[in-house]
This record gives sequence, C-alpha cells and structure tokens, in this order.
Amino acid sequence: MTAHVAVVGASLAGLRAAEQLRAAGHTGPITVLGAEPHLPYNRPPLSKELLSEPGAPSPADLHAKVAFRRRASVADVDFRLGLPVVEADLTQGRLSLEDGSVVTFDGLVAATGLRPRRLNLPGPSAGRHVLRTLDDCVGLRGALRPDADVVVIGAGFIGCEVAATALKLGCRVTVVDPLGAPMQRVLGPSPAAAVQRHHEAAGIRFVIGRSIVGFLGTTAVTGVELDDGSTLDADVVVEAVGSIPNTEWLAGNEGPDLSDGILCDNLLRGHGAERFVAVGDVARFPNPLFDEVPRRVEHWSIPTDTAKRAAATLTADLSGAEPDPSPFAPIPSFWSDQLDLRFQSFGSPALADEVRVEEGDLERPADGVLVTYHRRSTHVGTVAINLPPARQRELRRAFDALVAVAA
Amino acid sequence: MKVTVDMSLCQDHGQCAIASPAVFQMNDEGKLVYEGEPDDSLRDEVEEAADVCPVQAIFIEG
Repeated sequence: MTAHVAVVGASLAGLRAAEQLRAAGHTGPITVLGAEPHLPYNRPPLSKELLSEPGAPSPADLHAKVAFRRRASVADVDFRLGLPVVEADLTQGRLSLEDGSVVTFDGLVAATGLRPRRLNLPGPSAGRHVLRTLDDCVGLRGALRPDADVVVIGAGFIGCEVAATALKLGCRVTVVDPLGAPMQRVLGPSPAAAVQRHHEAAGIRFVIGRSIVGFLGTTAVTGVELDDGSTLDADVVVEAVGSIPNTEWLAGNEGPDLSDGILCDNLLRGHGAERFVAVGDVARFPNPLFDEVPRRVEHWSIPTDTAKRAAATLTADLSGAEPDPSPFAPIPSFWSDQLDLRFQSFGSPALADEVRVEEGDLERPADGVLVTYHRRSTHVGTVAINLPPARQRELRRAFDALVAVAA
Repeated sequence: MKVTVDMSLCQDHGQCAIASPAVFQMNDEGKLVYEGEPDDSLRDEVEEAADVCPVQAIFIEG
C-alpha cells in the first residue's frame, strides 16, 4: 500500500504513531510535521532533572539527554520540523504550513497535543514563564537562581514539580492555587492536604484559595497581586494553570468536533472525516474501562497506547479492511517525583467518588502510602507514594486483572 | 537482539518489568536485573518495555 500518511505533531504521540503505522503494516510514505525545531523528546524531565541540570547547557545539549530512541522501522520517515501546520483541508487531503508550502495526504494522524494556558492579566510579561517545551525549560532554568523569589501559579502536578525543583535549587517558593490543595483534583482532598503539609515542612509555601489578579513591576515582574489585595514578591512567575488543545489548524473543516480536543470514537477515528485519527493529549475518546464519556487524558502512557490503536485503525481504513473492533480500553498511568516523594498512578483517580487509604499513614507519606480510588464502589484508580517497585508491580497486576473482568 | 539499560539513567520505576517480565525483573532490593540477549521471539514485548520506560533508559540493538 502506498498511501501517504501525514502525522501532524512530532512529540511522543507523533513518533509512536509513525512507529505503530509501520508495525501495523503500513508501507507507504509517512511525513511527520512538527512545530518545534527538535526531534521528538521526552517531556517529564523538563520539570525535574533538566530544570536542575548544572552549568549552562544549550537547548541542543538538553535535547541530547531526552531525545526519544526511534525504531529502525521509521528510518525512512520524513520528519519536517520547525514548521507549524496552519490549516488542514480534510476533504481535499491538504495541509498548509506556516511558510506557505503544502503537503497532501491520504490519511491523517492528529498528534498536536496541548499548549500551556496563559493568564490574561495586567502587568509586565518579562519574568513570566510556562513549561511545556525544551525551550521553555532552558528559559526557566536560567531564571531559577538561588535566593530568587519564585511564585508558581497552579498546584497541579507540573506546578508542584517545578516548585520542588526550584526549592532544591535554593529558591524561595510559593505556590498559589485558587481551588484547593496540591493535586487535589487527582489525589482527592485528604491525600492532597497531607502532601501539602509534607511540602510545607520541606519549605514550600502554599497560598490556597486565592487567585492572582495582576502582575507587579514595570519592565519585568517583581511580584503578584492576589484577590484579597495582598502581594507576593516574585522574581520569577511560573504559570502552571492547565492546557489548551492545539486544534486551530482543523477549524476550517465542518466535520470534526473540536469542543475539547478532537472528538474520536473508541477506535480513535476522528468524528466527521474519513481516514482521520487522533492520538495523545489532543484525542478525546471513550474508555469502556470507566464509562462511555469521551475524555482527553493527559497522562504519559496515553500517547503510546492511543498511537498503537489509532495506527492499526488508520492502516485498516486506508486499505479498505475492517479495523480491529475489540474495545480500546487503555489503563492510564503516570508518575511524579517531588522532593523525596515518588507518586505512581494507574487508572483514573480523578473519576472517584471515594478515596481509601489502604496502607501507610498520610502524615508520613515518605514512608510509603497506598491510596485506592472508587466510583460507585468500583475500583477506578490507584496512587502509590514511595512504594517499592516490586510492590508496584503486584498492585498493577491486581488492577489489570480487576479491569480485565470489568471490560 | 541485544538489550542494554543505561543504569545511570534507570530510576527503578519498574515499568519494563510489567511490560516484559521475561526479560526485566526487579530483584529483592528493588533494583533492575535484565537479560542482555533475549530471544528474538520476545522482540515485541522488549520494544514495548523500551517504549514505556519513563526515563527512556532501555536500548535495543540488532
């Protein structure tokens, strides 16, 4: 089969899509188009190891540490980097790139991921950072000098990881979140409150229940103003307030539902177009492990899992074959390292209506804690804090067996 | 097929031992041990283990 597949997006999901198209038997040409200038790289170290790398490494130095291994099967794949796709015509099979050039395709994989949401507030922009790309990391890294006052806005996982790394680098760190304790949306209220106490004891300050209303300073940020009129000094502000799916390039098409990412069926086919699949953070798909509600899942395991299934679906659709109809039911998983804590999660804790501490003492999370998450009495997720790898494996096996029965 | 793990990168996440228990195991101290020259019939699961390594420390040759 010689159909040309274009993969828009050259991060983890785009790379895995190209590899999995080959694994699924697609032998035609593949072009991977990336907005960033770098070959695919692993993002989690950007908030941890790479952010505290000593010396003055260049983006290329850092890229070398986190570039993904590429399978030999994608040696002939054309990676065209540093050129965003600005428009797609799904009916004609045409992509328009930022420099005016055009790429035609027979099949399309959308792997454009997310970008950080920015706060639209008055004040200077210098000194304000986000963290998504390698270049963001290099910029923030240079700003995190010892004794700098750092305000992290948003107490989600990225905000907490950045706060922990900044503390280790000798910064004075305050985390502000209007909604609740750190990572509360995923961990649930009582584990989140326990993690907050743990991080506070290490030296991170939390201001919970307050919003930022403006940035202080003239040419660069010197502080932030909160909604109670108080202020916090800040040499560096990190906005970790969630993400926006990159779907504008598809907006000219009538078929797709782009209301939150790209709406897909369970086989990752994009709604409203033929030979069109979506993978990674941008794909909104139903997971029968949990229910029939399509959701985007911003967990590290999802690009790899969705790429495998989407590539199989697209390869079948391009050759007129029937794709594998079995339900796609990936188990999301992620990890997070913060100070002396390692969180490992599988399933979807955020869906839970009940949180059970099964092992350990939340007052001493570093000694090991196991928390399970349940919805209408069904086990939907697990979070382990500082449990040894062998125990992790047992837990994961037990969860796999449980959901295999449910699916 | 030759498998190497960069032990300076490995942080004992143990995801490889879930993906390919025949090749990767965590020992009693929680440290990774692995088979350096697994049979080619295990290629798919070894590739999967390399894919899911959070620190991308697994390398496959041949």
